Amino acid sequence: MSTVEERVKKIVCEQLGVKESEVQNTSSFVEDLGADSLDTVELVMALEEEFETEIPDEEAEKLASVQDAIDYIVAHT
Amino acid sequence: MSLEGKTALVTGATRGIGKAIAKALADQGAMVVGTATSENGAESISADLKAAGAKGFGIVMNVADPDSIEAGLKEINEKAGAPAILVNNAGITRDNLLMRLKDDDWASVVETNLSSVYRTSKAVLRGMAKARWGRVINISSVVAGMGNPGQANYCAAKAGVEGFTRSLAKEMSNRGITANCVAPGFIDTDMTRKLDDKQREAMMEVIPAGRLGEPEEVAAVVAFLASEAAGYVTGETIHVNGGMYMG
Repeated sequence: MSTVEERVKKIVCEQLGVKESEVQNTSSFVEDLGADSLDTVELVMALEEEFETEIPDEEAEKLASVQDAIDYIVAHT
Repeated sequence: MSLEGKTALVTGATRGIGKAIAKALADQGAMVVGTATSENGAESISADLKAAGAKGFGIVMNVADPDSIEAGLKEINEKAGAPAILVNNAGITRDNLLMRLKDDDWASVVETNLSSVYRTSKAVLRGMAKARWGRVINISSVVAGMGNPGQANYCAAKAGVEGFTRSLAKEMSNRGITANCVAPGFIDTDMTRKLDDKQREAMMEVIPAGRLGEPEEVAAVVAFLASEAAGYVTGETIHVNGGMYMG
């Protein structure tokens, strides 16, 4: 079983079309990985699917970096 | 054929324009799922597609009911795969002059003709975004632009559909998804057959082509918008009305 971190990074790569080597924990989805607003929505939906959870809009807005997403998932699943 | 391997969802496909659209998309090789409000309607769609040697089937779905849409989409995803093409065609009229229009006439027309488009579109977008390809084609009406006495509810809903379509087009363009409207004028269907002789006569006077349109003439435009060739056309409303109104 892969860790939350590995699973989050895998989804980020798939959704944003970036290489694993480009994805650091500190990477910002928008500034470092080139996500647009639609990408971030799709990313949140993919995370919801993978981790079988629902991320409310006001929480989703705060997920700016890979680490933010990992922390959220760890705290809420 | 250009739509081979793609699933198309056509609402209100039992008769009239919807039936012609289902046939036109099937002719291009799409697997067509047509919706009807009754079991009999769904069976007739399946039979029509089979008779035409096409892939596809009919299902029961009430576009005014969110639960019914959810159940319908689940069935489609299981049996035919996520729709790459959505044609929102289902619609009703409840005509009356505004001073006599009932709240229920207003609500049911807006629910069936406009809110349904929001719901079905939302339900298929995720799959289209994942596939980086999609076509949403909404059937509007010439009266959305023109206005028509006795149809304040219908005109409002159809004009709403056109505005919705333009927003959707802007939101999803960079995912290879286009959204367009086709606005038929007076087409020879049950909806126009309800008109009396006097209304028909008045209608002919304003149609330069001097005749009603055929459902197939609307379906041909829908088939074009669904095609690969139409990939750069988005947010548009294409009129099919024999020249009676040119936007």
